Amino acid sequence: MNLRGRKVTLHDMCLRDGMHPKRHQISIGQMIAVAKGLDAAGVPLIEVTHGDGLGGASVNYGFPAHSDEEYLQAVIPQLDRAKVSALLLPGIGTVEHLRMAHACGIGTIRVATHCTEADVSEQHIALARKLELDTVGFLMMAHMIEPMQLVKQAKLMESYGANCIYCTDSAGYMLPDDVTARIGAFRDALKPETEIGFHGHHNLAMGIVNSLAAIEAGATRIDGSAAGLGAGAGNTPLEVFNAVCHRMEIETGVDVFKLMDVAEDLVVPMMDEPIRIDRDALILGYAGVYSSFLLFAKRASAKYGVPSSDILVEMGRMKTIGGQEDMIEDVALNLARERKAK
Amino acid sequence: MAHVNAALIGSGNIGTDLMCKALRSDCIQPVWMVGIDPASDGLAKARERGLKTTADGLDGLLPHLSKEGVRIAFDATSASVHQENARKLLAHGVVVIDLTPAAIGPYCVPPVNLSAHMGTHEMNVNMVSCGGQATIPIVAAVSRVQPVAYAEIVATVASRSAGPGTRKNIDEFTRTTANGIEKVGGALRGKAIIILNPAEPPLIMRDTIHCLTAGEPDREAIAASVREMILEVQKYVPGYTLKNGPVFDGRRVSVYLEVAGRGDYLPRYAGNLDIMTAAALRTGEMIAREIASGRFDPQPSTASASESLQ
Repeated sequence: MNLRGRKVTLHDMCLRDGMHPKRHQISIGQMIAVAKGLDAAGVPLIEVTHGDGLGGASVNYGFPAHSDEEYLQAVIPQLDRAKVSALLLPGIGTVEHLRMAHACGIGTIRVATHCTEADVSEQHIALARKLELDTVGFLMMAHMIEPMQLVKQAKLMESYGANCIYCTDSAGYMLPDDVTARIGAFRDALKPETEIGFHGHHNLAMGIVNSLAAIEAGATRIDGSAAGLGAGAGNTPLEVFNAVCHRMEIETGVDVFKLMDVAEDLVVPMMDEPIRIDRDALILGYAGVYSSFLLFAKRASAKYGVPSSDILVEMGRMKTIGGQEDMIEDVALNLARERKAK
Repeated sequence: MAHVNAALIGSGNIGTDLMCKALRSDCIQPVWMVGIDPASDGLAKARERGLKTTADGLDGLLPHLSKEGVRIAFDATSASVHQENARKLLAHGVVVIDLTPAAIGPYCVPPVNLSAHMGTHEMNVNMVSCGGQATIPIVAAVSRVQPVAYAEIVATVASRSAGPGTRKNIDEFTRTTANGIEKVGGALRGKAIIILNPAEPPLIMRDTIHCLTAGEPDREAIAASVREMILEVQKYVPGYTLKNGPVFDGRRVSVYLEVAGRGDYLPRYAGNLDIMTAAALRTGEMIAREIASGRFDPQPSTASASESLQ
């Protein structure tokens, strides 16, 4: 694979997707320290939000240690070069949250929908463009539909005003050919000036190779997370991916050694549990289940005495999508009742 | 009892499903359906069932209102369109049942507060949202036992059952539902989450209600109150079913529901449609009885809809 000279924007997720394994409890001090470290390493874009996006504070997804507004106001003024992005899932967050984040000084908004539901993002994408934000359409669980169906949804987001469209492998299910097919289809169908991005999860250890496949097929933005801190088995570990990029002479503008220091010295010590491909995370990737379900399934397993792997398999069988964390307790109760009946 | 004539504004999923139900009503006679697309399936269905139709929006109906004796209109368009519709219908003295999340008028969730609306003679009543109709009764069932500091609902509906109006106005859904959780459900603070799931075959509507009670929850009283409320809702939505709960976890009380529809217009999975239209019809029937008995005689008003409701 020859990607020499390709320019790629790295987007760090550890302060947003990393909120999932941290149960949304990252402290303001940790946020600032990690964000400043990433900034100093040259990471151009850093996402800071509740794990489920703006307005995610809830019983269903978890109440965070601080509000989105507090995190954004604390982090943004501390950065020299890096811009901050926020995530917004219509149905959870609203345009009011978007206005708040804009007032805090974000540079990028990423409006995320399930891969078949792009038309719920029109209000939010249109407002973001009006506010002159870098506006990203983020199509989640993109493995669930065929590339040409995904293109239709991408074109909707583009038509609302998104200047960048993401293929998001929320379940860490995709293999490199799946990525190539989807990113390639985007590149063929979207306007030449529309950027394309890829967001990976590492549940099948495909984060790095999938991101390379994405670049080869035309992606110019790649998500990853320092030390991989993210839902499931984590995101594409950004310091590793950056090192691979340097070896392959892909231009990221990010210092290899400084980024590995951030990962090792700041992010790893924050972890409540090691981020690794344990059995449950592997099931997510193997069965195509939303990565954020992992900890909820582990907690329900402990409470109701049913294996977390059974819960996750059932969530996959039910074709649940991102945001349906409420079904985990429901499924666990059903499984516990079935066990008792036996 | 004499039937009161009604018009259906909006020929989408909700308007068409409501027509099917209204045609069975013993006190409401749907006589007109208004759409904007001459080729819409809803308008074709309405003509088949003997209703008059127009594809010119509400303006296509206004000249006919008085000679057709239309006293009640159900607005199933969208939040943005409703503002203008409400003003025009008020000027013609037509009572509006608003099925959009515009929420100009006071909220009505029948098992909780229909009786409180009786005799108030409001000219505009709002039905909150499908998720609100499915979940607010449960919030109210908990809050009538003890104070609820916070209530949050997650409504998951099949993608096929969410039409373009819902999709364009998804923020209005979350905002209006959250507001209804507070104002009608009785929670101090409300939050609403909606999820559209494209699974095939389509999933039956699921609703999860999480309440955080102010003090330690009275488990027995809450469980009994929830059971009683479910029976109340089942009177007009037979597919309203408790799947799990109430689950008690500290101050958290969680109830897991499934809402299957009657399959009038969309198939049974679209319980979200069913609970909304059944609730709106129930509200409309209460108003129709008031009108038929002479207790309520709606009059034209030039005041803006929102002013008249202050």
